[in-house]
Parts: sequence; C-alpha cells; structure tokens
Amino acid sequence: MSRIVILGAGISGHTVARYLNQWVGKQHEIVVVSPNARWNWIPSNIWVGVGQMTEEQVTFDLAEVYKKTSIDFRQAKGVSIHPEGDASDPRPFVTVEYTLPAKAGQQERIAYDYLVNATGPKLNFGATEGLGPDHGHTVSVCTATHALEANHQLQQQIDAMKRGERRTFVIGTGHGTCTCQGAAFEYIYNVDHVLREAGVRDQARIVWISNEYELGDFGMGGVHIERGGYITNGKTFAESLMVERDIEWIVRAHVKKVEAGKIHYETLDGSFHELPFDFSMLIPPFAGVGLKAYDRAGEDITAKVFAPSGFMKVDADYTARPYAQWSADDWPRTYQSPVYRNLFAVGIAFAPPHLISKPMQSANGTPINPAPPRTGMPSAAMAIAVAKSLRDMLAGAEQPTHQASMARMGAACVASTGSHLLRGTAATMTVFPVVPDYRTYPEYGRDLNLTFGEIGLAGHWMKSLLHYTFIYQAKMKPGWQLLPD
Amino acid sequence: MSTPSSTPVNKEPYQQAYYPPKPTGITRFLRTCVLWQLVRFVVINVKMIKLMSKSHTDSQR
Repeated sequence: MSRIVILGAGISGHTVARYLNQWVGKQHEIVVVSPNARWNWIPSNIWVGVGQMTEEQVTFDLAEVYKKTSIDFRQAKGVSIHPEGDASDPRPFVTVEYTLPAKAGQQERIAYDYLVNATGPKLNFGATEGLGPDHGHTVSVCTATHALEANHQLQQQIDAMKRGERRTFVIGTGHGTCTCQGAAFEYIYNVDHVLREAGVRDQARIVWISNEYELGDFGMGGVHIERGGYITNGKTFAESLMVERDIEWIVRAHVKKVEAGKIHYETLDGSFHELPFDFSMLIPPFAGVGLKAYDRAGEDITAKVFAPSGFMKVDADYTARPYAQWSADDWPRTYQSPVYRNLFAVGIAFAPPHLISKPMQSANGTPINPAPPRTGMPSAAMAIAVAKSLRDMLAGAEQPTHQASMARMGAACVASTGSHLLRGTAATMTVFPVVPDYRTYPEYGRDLNLTFGEIGLAGHWMKSLLHYTFIYQAKMKPGWQLLPD
Repeated sequence: MSTPSSTPVNKEPYQQAYYPPKPTGITRFLRTCVLWQLVRFVVINVKMIKLMSKSHTDSQR
C-alpha cells in the first residue's frame, strides 16, 4: 500500500483527491491536508460580495464529505517538504502544522510515497501598502469571509447613497503583477447591478483600475473573437460593456499604496496619480504559500524545488527568453517536479515558465503586466491528468502517463450579474488554448471556433448551472463522476 | 428661439466613452429575450462541451 499526500483542498487538490479515491482509494492511502475546514466554490464568492448569496451557499464542510470516502483529512497547513527523508528515515515526508482548533499549532510528520502540492496562492496583500481587508483600506472577494465583509461595506455605501450622498467605487487589481482580473471584472458588474436595483446608480461613480495593457487582456494577452462580420479583439467587447454601464476605466496601472479614501498608482508612462474612493475591491497579487524544502542532510533546497515566487518548479522550460521566442512548448505537461519523480504541483501552486501577456515596465522600471491565470477549468484539467498519472504510476508506470498543457486546453469565464433567473445577464467568454499557440494557429494563436464571447441571459443560466453542478460534484454526491469538470 | 435651458448640449467628443460600440435596441432585446436565449443556451452548452472535450483529449499521451 502506498500513501499519496495532497497538500491543499481547493479546486485542484480536491479534484485530485476525488479521482484518486475513486480509482485507488481501496488499495492505497490518500491523505488530504488543508488549513481550511470548508471547501469554497470561489467563483460564486462574487455573489456573496454583493449580498446575493450566503457563505453557506458557496462553502461546505470538507471533513463531512471526506468521512463518506476513504480519504484521511487533516485540517493543517503544509510547512516543509523533505523529499529525501532525513538522517533517521529515508522515506520522504512533509511537516504539517494543525489549524484544527483542538490541535492548533501542533506539528506532525506525514510520510508519503507521492506528494501533490495543490496549496494555491498566498494572497499577498502585503505587496502593496494599505491593501486588503485585514490591515488595509480595501476589501476582497478572494475568500467567502472576505466577500461577506465586502458586502457589509457595500451595503453601508448603498445606505449612504439612499440618504442622498454620492460615492466613488474603485474595483480592479491592487498591484502591477496581479492575475485574476476576471474576478474583479465580474465583481464590478455585480456592484453596478446591485446599485441599479437599489435605485442609487446615478449617485455612484464606478471606476475600473487594472494592470492590463488594454481592457480584456485577462493575463492571456487578450483574445480575438468573431463578431458582427469581423474578427475583433476582446478589448472592444470589454470596453463596450464598460461604456454601456457608464463605468470609467484606468489600465496599465500599478497600485503603489492605498490610504484611507485614496489610491496612489503609477502608470506605464511613468507618471503618478491619485484616485479618491469610498469603496474599493482590489485583487491582491499571488505568491507561493511559503513551503520550504530540505534534503536528507537537512540542507535547505527550497531554491531547487521552488521558483523565487514560491511556486513549485515542474516540467516547464524555465529558460529565460525574450517574448518573441516564447513557445507553447515552454508550458508544463505532466506537472511533475524535475528533481523528484514522486512530487507534483497543480493549480496555482505550479510555477509558470513566464507570463502569457507581454512583459511591460514603466518608465521607472516598475513591472506592470498581468500574471498568467491558472484557476478554474485549467486547474481541474491538470488535476485530472495528475490523478490519472498517479493511478498508473501506482500500478507500475515509470513516468507520468497523462498530460494537460495550458497550451492545449481551453478555459471559460462567465461574468454574471444578479441572481434572478430572468433579470440577470452575463458575459460569457471562452478561449482555446489558454496559452496562444502560434505554430498551430499562426494568425491569432487561438482556435477562433472555440474562442468566443457573447452577452445575455443564457450565460447567466450557465453560471447558475455551473454553481450548482460543481458544488454537487465537489460534495461527491451520487453520480458526480458523470458530471464534466 | 429656444431658451438657454432647452438648448441641446453637444456631447463631448474624444473621451474614453466616445469610441467603444454600444448595443442597439434590438441587441439589448435579444440579450433578454427568453426564447432567443434558450437557443443561445443550447449553443453555448455545445461550445463548452466541445471546448472541454478538446481540452481533455490531449491528456492521453
């Protein structure tokens, strides 16, 4: 019997756990380590952040779900990886620290035969002074708890506007190197929607601020779609959505500092600006969670296993090259560590070889470019590939048997507003592949039959369907295996 | 002659909101027309399924 330890129980970690439990749960031991007691369907946090859903509707208790399976769940956070064991025992192990209240702070050593790092990101609010809900002046929708606080503050602003006051809302990214523009994009439309529903939209100034070169970049260098007899850039689509809702936008911006009621930012031309606000939701940059790695002698090998960003190196080509020489082949396929064959990283935890959007720097040398997105559908696709490879390696395969390169997979983003079935609307966007492949698709790097965007009620129904389907699937209810990931 | 208060004000050109396309009435109607959106729902589902199946096909070495 082998033991597979999965660090993290977000979309990617939980997906690996579900499939391994199904395929090898009776023959092998599966241990899931997560500091969070509850699983969170993060895309629906947007609705929590505007008061259209409760925290309970977007989260569930992980221990209860795992109790129905053979998965051993430990509510703890990973601290260090020891891929060669230590002087007393050559078996690889991880050190974890419990966050479960009854055992809080206790450390434990868990030996493994295979380890999957699915720890997701550290929400790096500290990268920008004054950013974030805990020590700063902005709110967030990155966790369900953050989203609850965001809604609390939003409702206070709505109450003030109902008394006749005017308010400025600023939504977007809180640093020049952020990813996840899609979440902020969806949130700004939901804020606009609830302000209209409350009858106070005309007293609000809503401003988008982001590190994208143009609207609609989303960290993927933008997309081209066929629309109205033309092949047009997603920028047109995104700007149209803003204009239709009377939302202003600022792009090419790095937020340097947030004070109470004032955002300081730098733009790509090297100039500095200030933007007053009453309510601001800014996505933080992401970093690795800070796992350390040690060899058998106890020497720190973190730099060998992890990239400087804290994300884990996998089978990508990390050779530094200029943008023009980037290739789809640079992107990882199996997510196996190049140093240890029994070590994998999926979801946000793996280190991308480079950006997807073109790197840009301000006249002052400040990087202002979005990081690559690797959440949602791509997370699940790479998790399934790793689960299949592990299943086969447990059966004797020498190397990973499955691959899921982001240069060969698609992604969908449905930005939906409102929760009413007939009054909501949504912008639906899909892209294939996520990483442009100019060898296969020389003109735009993408398959235009599978890259599309449209606005309407249908996308809203799609988003609602995805919410209920994925939570049903994640709860591992009967027939979950038949549902698409 | 009209009074100053009823004089139409020219819309300020060359601003951010001056350039992007805005949807026409028929476009806005179709976005919320339940019958048309049912058709689009089927179309979007088919496209998503194609996208997902193509994403997973490549996973087999």
